[in-house]
Amino acid sequence: MENLLQQLVNGVAWGSIYALVALGYTMVYGVLKLINFAHGEVYMVGAMTGFYTARALGLANRPSGLGLAATLLAAMATCAALGATIERVAYRPLRHAPRLAPLITAIGVSLLLQNTGQLVLGADPKFFPPLLASHEMLRVGSLAVSNIQLTVLATALALMAGLELVVMRTRVGRAMRAVSQDAPAAALMGVPVDRIIQLTFVLGSALAGAAGILVGLSNPKIDPLMGLMPGLKAFVAAVLGGIGSIPGAMVGGLLLGVVETLVAGYLSSTYRDAIAFVILIAILLYRPTGLFGSAQPEKV
Amino acid sequence: MRGRSGAALGALGLAFVLLEWVLPHALNPYYLTILTRIGVAIVAAVSLQLVSGFTGQFSIGHAGFMAVGAYASAALSVYLGAGWLASLAAVVPAPLARALYYPLPLLAGGALAAGAGLLVGIPTLRLRGDYLAIATLGFGEIIRVLILNVDAVGGARGFALTAASGVDLRYDDLGAIYAVVLASVAVIARLAYSSAGLAFRAVREDEIAAESIGVPTTRVKVLAFVVSSFFAGVAGAVFAHSEGYIHTNSFGFVRSFEIMVFVVLGGLGSITGAVLAATALTAAPELLRGFGELRMIVYSLGLIAVMILRPQGLLGARELDPARWLARWRERRAAA
Repeated sequence: MENLLQQLVNGVAWGSIYALVALGYTMVYGVLKLINFAHGEVYMVGAMTGFYTARALGLANRPSGLGLAATLLAAMATCAALGATIERVAYRPLRHAPRLAPLITAIGVSLLLQNTGQLVLGADPKFFPPLLASHEMLRVGSLAVSNIQLTVLATALALMAGLELVVMRTRVGRAMRAVSQDAPAAALMGVPVDRIIQLTFVLGSALAGAAGILVGLSNPKIDPLMGLMPGLKAFVAAVLGGIGSIPGAMVGGLLLGVVETLVAGYLSSTYRDAIAFVILIAILLYRPTGLFGSAQPEKV
Repeated sequence: MRGRSGAALGALGLAFVLLEWVLPHALNPYYLTILTRIGVAIVAAVSLQLVSGFTGQFSIGHAGFMAVGAYASAALSVYLGAGWLASLAAVVPAPLARALYYPLPLLAGGALAAGAGLLVGIPTLRLRGDYLAIATLGFGEIIRVLILNVDAVGGARGFALTAASGVDLRYDDLGAIYAVVLASVAVIARLAYSSAGLAFRAVREDEIAAESIGVPTTRVKVLAFVVSSFFAGVAGAVFAHSEGYIHTNSFGFVRSFEIMVFVVLGGLGSITGAVLAATALTAAPELLRGFGELRMIVYSLGLIAVMILRPQGLLGARELDPARWLARWRERRAAA
């Protein structure tokens, strides 16, 4: 029982990282109907930015909350700029092209970032500096929650709450929702569609950057290919919650993290990678719109 | 008419002589490996073209079917084929025995992949667009992880095509491989431009309209998917036998993406486009060796640039047809 609780705690901490990455997928899908396969690489760039920022600021041996905040901001800013650039260069020219064309440029961008990362930063794994001194925060019986897990969860929840505020309570957020419902109609109402799409990439990429830092805190080994599998799984999380739905991505991410941790803990870690996809298929077959998605009636 | 097919036969014969007897001696093994990989890429690309380009169903799990074909054919060869090969070699010369045996694992690999395609296709082809793409991606990964957990085919160690008796079952005869490539491309092209292919294209253009004029859309989609999986399995089997060692890492989603890139870059709905793109993109990383460490960066930048400049793919939905060029040239000459 306590073991189960422990696994749940680990799963929630891990799932909150998936959730942050999943948000970027779901927001971009919402406004563009594009699966942005380069998103996992944005998350990798976030982790790498954190690594080099921490080194430049000499934070490696002096863990502090302030240092963590600085690295977090640096990674989010870098990724936001990267997201805006990717949108401008690789997706905007293809706005009216067949739908598969931007999917291929997304794969191209993903390859480009991986290979640039390997060339510039080296293919060997790096070890993320401990920005926080790890210690136990809570202990109930044999259940232990570390300060790192709490920080990861708290940061992720704060960012999600912030996003929810931006999307639901600001003019920009209203414009984003308008574009995702009907882009041509939004344009007719005076919404600057291109700018809103770019802003969506900026927000989603900043969250992925933050996820890169959080993953560095809990799993310090980082390398240029680290975005590949988590990126894909975060996408599964987005589908699980209902692609295009922001609360869906959060719930989907947390759920996927918990299920994966349980499978790895109780079944076998080799099946860990498959379980995400088994869930994906079950969801697609029984409820293709995901947990929070709404069905679109088909027009003839 | 007779002149045209005569010329085509002549060209084929020449190509076979070149592949079978000249190139293996003229090129170093490294280039020969690239040639076999191009052959595998062509079969995989053309098989996906049937589903994505002609039937309009986007699958990004094609590497999973390649894996089924590769592992099924390899297991057949290692556990049974080595014995059959030995008894065959007692009757006919060894090289002939190998050539006679070769189609067997390919057909077995293709058949098993087609079965997997049927199992995956029936439930998933109800889905549309992006959802189908995601489901196939998921199935591709599930297949890979399942194979990874089967110890009889090596699990995480990978699977070498060497029988317990020590017989090496590698087969990388270029003439035979390209005969398979030609046969696969020909079958898929005939199917795509047949009356069944008309139904495929009707489903691609408008599923509801196709249904309303009596096209059994689900059956058509499943048929296209199963045929496509068969040839993906053949591609996997050719790959397994030419490499001599396979690992599930070769069949991850990155490979599926690669095959989809061949199809979209070549032009959706163009068989020759898929052949062209598969050839060019498989050769490109090798031809770009001059760029040294920058080659994969140049490759990915090139991919992005080509897609932005030609969003419909290199050929769009057109085909390259040398026979038609020849006919047009003759007409023009006769008119002059």
